[in-house]
Amino acid sequence: MGNFWNNYRYLFFRRFTQIGLLVLYFGANAWGWTFLMGNLSSSLLLNVVPLSDPYAALQMLAAGAVLASDLLLGAFIISVFYILIGGRAFCSWVCPINIITDAAALLRRKLGVDAISKRQPASRNMRYWVLALSLIISFAMGITAFEFISPISMLHRGIVFGLGFGWAAMLIIFLLDLFVLKNGWCGHICPLGGFYSIISKVSLVRVHHLEENCTLCMKCKVVCPESQVLHMIGKESLPVISGECTNCARCIEVCDDDALEFSIRKLAKNNKIGE
Amino acid sequence: MKKETVSDRRKFILNMARSAGITALGGFVWSAYVDEVTASTLLLRPPGAIKEEDFLKTCIKCGLCVEACPYDTLLLAAPGDNKPLGTPYFIPRDIPCYMCPDIPCVPVCPTGALDESSVTTNGELDINVADMGLAVVDDESCIAFWGIQCDACYRACPLLGEAITIEYEKNERTGKHAFMKPIVHSDVCTGCGLCEQACVTEKAAIFILPREVAMGRAGDYYIKGWDKDDEKRLENAKEIKTKTRISEKSALDSLNDIGDLY
Repeated sequence: MGNFWNNYRYLFFRRFTQIGLLVLYFGANAWGWTFLMGNLSSSLLLNVVPLSDPYAALQMLAAGAVLASDLLLGAFIISVFYILIGGRAFCSWVCPINIITDAAALLRRKLGVDAISKRQPASRNMRYWVLALSLIISFAMGITAFEFISPISMLHRGIVFGLGFGWAAMLIIFLLDLFVLKNGWCGHICPLGGFYSIISKVSLVRVHHLEENCTLCMKCKVVCPESQVLHMIGKESLPVISGECTNCARCIEVCDDDALEFSIRKLAKNNKIGE
Repeated sequence: MKKETVSDRRKFILNMARSAGITALGGFVWSAYVDEVTASTLLLRPPGAIKEEDFLKTCIKCGLCVEACPYDTLLLAAPGDNKPLGTPYFIPRDIPCYMCPDIPCVPVCPTGALDESSVTTNGELDINVADMGLAVVDDESCIAFWGIQCDACYRACPLLGEAITIEYEKNERTGKHAFMKPIVHSDVCTGCGLCEQACVTEKAAIFILPREVAMGRAGDYYIKGWDKDDEKRLENAKEIKTKTRISEKSALDSLNDIGDLY
């Protein structure tokens, strides 16, 4: 049992924050709770603090909208939070789509889909193209392009305010990830993930690899949704510096040899120098 | 050396071309979808909503206005509603806007898509100046126009006697009775939709349309006679010359040129 907890502790906490946030938002609409109102696009914390999606704000800027001060403040708070602490933690600790794509990835492993089709037909850099494209369309058409198709806000809004036909979009993402492309949505397409990858390049909390403990079992690479960020496994003791790491900590918990751990980036660097 | 190794440069060029192709395809589908879904012009927005075109780029779709509404009037467009996804709207026949004096839905808007200043008079929130739409009467299905006495809309109107007035007119058909016709005054009506909800006909004979849809525009060429204020509009009038076969000649010539007319 202790081992089980050890292997799933972060996963438990992630599901807890993801679902807990959904419950808070849902309660705000259904029962008038005032702790956290709105949704992931923009919310109000404790009736005072505005929180806004900085990527949505960027699209509004591209579309030529006048940005209100509350929105700017909210986007600033969220940006600073993720730049300093979270990295791409939004993706694995907050975003509800993550639950769907994690389920698809799990099923994909169980069914052995990867063994059948080893080649990944698409580049993970696609998300940066989508990101650029969303800003171009926002600019050209004067609307927030991704916000009109975003399955993230569709699902989140859906859970809080009513889903409509949104389940179809969720099913498509699930099937895409399961059969077409491993980590297809979160790891290849989603421009919000791309956006957080860019802004979190400097974030402080990082996964750190201790090469001397590593037994090269590669369990970490199997579970990692962005396995390219773990290029140093078994080679060098380095922190994961790529912004594409979602800080989901699955690698840390599946590692039986204490070869991976969270650390603060600055300290990690100092340690390395000290060695 | 028959089989040449593919150079990195060629791989790079192919990759770029492939990415550009996928991006162009995606962009085409994406913008076509967005164009389609934002073309809907029959939406009624919450009070204080800025111009639809600006609203679509400014609304962040957070639903705070929906949560603030105490009557559950406001809805967020879900997939399948065929409305711009995630934006707030209301259906007055189901639940109209009850015109709360403190307008809870507007100040919560984080982006200014609902503009407080547009529903403010003398520094205080004033729902009576809101413009969500305009009530329009279909006088063919409105039973008051048939001669039946019904003033449901008039009674339901929160701006009683101002936004809708009852006009009396002799019923020539029976010769003995009066019509009591509801007349909407566009300068007062806020488009709250209480009249639409109250209307007794099977499908409402009075209904709210966005003002832009409901109203025509006379333009600069017509003014009300004997109205000094309206004549002032002529000062900004711009001249447009139209040319038809008749107007090629001067009016005097063309009107006297009988041969051309017959």
